[in-house]
Amino acid sequence: MDKFDTFTGIVAPLDRPNVDTDAIIPKQFLKSIQRSGFGPNLFDEWRYLDHGEPGKDNSARPLNPDFVLNQARYRDASILLGRENFGCGSSREHAVWALLDDGFRVVIAPSFADIFFNNCFKNGVLPVVLPAATVEALFAATTATPGYALRVDLQAQRIEAPGLDAIGFEIDPFRKDCLLRGLDDIGLTLQHADAIRAFEDRHRQAAPWLFNKP
Amino acid sequence: MSGKTLYDKLWDSHLVRQDDDGTALIYIDRHLVHEVTSPQAFEGLRLAGRQPWRTGSILAVPDHNVPTTDRRAGIADPVSRVQVETLDRNCAEYGITEFSMLDPRQGIVHVIGPEQGATLPGMTVVCGDSHTSTHGAFGALAFGIGTSDVEHVLATQCLILKKTGSLLIRVDGALAPGVSAKDIVLAIIGRIGTAGGTGSSIEFAGTAMRSLSMEGRMTVCNMAIEAGARAGMVAVDDTTIEYVAGRPYAPKGAQWEQAVSGWRDLHSDDDASFDRSVSLDASSLVPQVTWGTSPEMVTGIDGVVPDPDNEPDSVRREGMRKALAYMDLQPGTPITSIRPDHVFIGSCTNARIEDLRAAASVIRGRTVHPGIKQALVVPGSGLVKQQAEAEGLHTLFLEAGFEWREPGCSMCLAMNADRLQAGERCASTSNRNFEGRQGQGGRTHLVSPAMAAIAAVTGHFADVSKEPA
Repeated sequence: MDKFDTFTGIVAPLDRPNVDTDAIIPKQFLKSIQRSGFGPNLFDEWRYLDHGEPGKDNSARPLNPDFVLNQARYRDASILLGRENFGCGSSREHAVWALLDDGFRVVIAPSFADIFFNNCFKNGVLPVVLPAATVEALFAATTATPGYALRVDLQAQRIEAPGLDAIGFEIDPFRKDCLLRGLDDIGLTLQHADAIRAFEDRHRQAAPWLFNKP
Repeated sequence: MSGKTLYDKLWDSHLVRQDDDGTALIYIDRHLVHEVTSPQAFEGLRLAGRQPWRTGSILAVPDHNVPTTDRRAGIADPVSRVQVETLDRNCAEYGITEFSMLDPRQGIVHVIGPEQGATLPGMTVVCGDSHTSTHGAFGALAFGIGTSDVEHVLATQCLILKKTGSLLIRVDGALAPGVSAKDIVLAIIGRIGTAGGTGSSIEFAGTAMRSLSMEGRMTVCNMAIEAGARAGMVAVDDTTIEYVAGRPYAPKGAQWEQAVSGWRDLHSDDDASFDRSVSLDASSLVPQVTWGTSPEMVTGIDGVVPDPDNEPDSVRREGMRKALAYMDLQPGTPITSIRPDHVFIGSCTNARIEDLRAAASVIRGRTVHPGIKQALVVPGSGLVKQQAEAEGLHTLFLEAGFEWREPGCSMCLAMNADRLQAGERCASTSNRNFEGRQGQGGRTHLVSPAMAAIAAVTGHFADVSKEPA
């Protein structure tokens, strides 16, 4: 996983609540057994006017001019600004893989769905929860100013937003540390392998039926 | 000191270690695996040179991609086929128990776990699938995870978690005939919203929950994720224990007696306190129908499509407008005047035997309305299908004009060939009415099995609770 320390990028506003992971990456692309290559199909049903399928040449497909990410000013965006309950629905990590593959490293919203939020951290994408009023101010600034960019400083837990006061944000200390150091959390957990084995032995004694193999 | 909630008990009994900031390692008893969210996890394991920690904890099944028509010729879509074959190969390589596509026990992962007794009270259960919350009906801590966490559980048998808050939802009173578990959970989501459970684990309690069968409880817990919760759960009682008894992977003999005695404690203590609580009166509930593109956009069958102009919050108002435009519905339209093109009875929410019986009892002696292009019944598992056929339900469905299919996720998410065309409207017993969920441009109305059945025979949504018994 790539480290995340500071990141500066253009912001794209996605102004709708309850953006679900079906919208972020539709089901037909979940048939892939790879982790990469989902970027061109990010928001596929909103992004293109035709129906997408795996293997189709996306560069030849007609773009939906009304979809915000297709506007020239947001083409190079790498910070996504969203509304309440971002990433709800299916657990598909492909949604985060698609965002990352399309260049997004930060998603800002007033609230996130639990599984999507967790999946972000596993892939070096920073989800930032901000109060609704702050998100509203960022929407206003982003739409008013072409090329509007933010500088996100994870160590300082601070976002520099032109025209606004610096914005602080909260993050779980463990997750922050993993992002800053680009850590593989399986490796971290395996440092506790002895504790896991000891727990497992006690657990098996107490409830042996949990260990009957299907 | 106050007593423990069910969630506290499940958490404490699986806690391997915990840091001062609350970051914990939680041991996972049962790992359910399907073909869509596991290939990259197995590949990651291999690339890192790691081995699965305990393959005996895993039960695997292909369900999302499998065809629901004749399977003996294999899967026509080559991309789907590769994914299912990848699961077969991974399970063979590591010695993991898998119900492959042609196994009579194959079915939707959240149907077969409980059916086999692979889901037991007091377990932690995970799967790379958000509807894993289903298994909480057994007094288990069950939740969906992403593929990186599937790999984490494969490699370590644990997850790194922080404890969520607790939300008690009490549902009291007797349901009217024709009103079901699905209506309860849709009404709850309508009340608290799709983010109403965010940061929480929900315990569903109250006399109405206690009166539900295990299948009904599974329907309610299944959609806890649609309320944004990490998990949904119901305390263990006689209903739970009677359901589990005799299942293939349930404990037997002395082990059974020991297990049951422990399971009797899987309830919140009388003096347990919850962070939040919500109450719902089941006796006043009418059958529910969603009208929008989020499960919280729901109303009673006696209701009308709401008017966004009456919504004070601007973000929500705009969301409603987008939803109504997508659904091609006008404010004020009576729900009973909406006419679906398709009816889908299936999914991990509502494809168990009681769901099929409820639908069959409505269609008995009637036929699918000529305005309905397709009416599908997709049983939740091969064993549900066998049971239904033993009861003659398939004959009722087929004679009424339904198609009777092989088990799988099917049109709930339209990953296989079963899907809506753009603009088509579906009365669906599934769990998500998101844009494009059942096929690009498709329009989904979530309902109970009995409500789907009555829509099939009348050609429009109708109040099944007003049907003569």
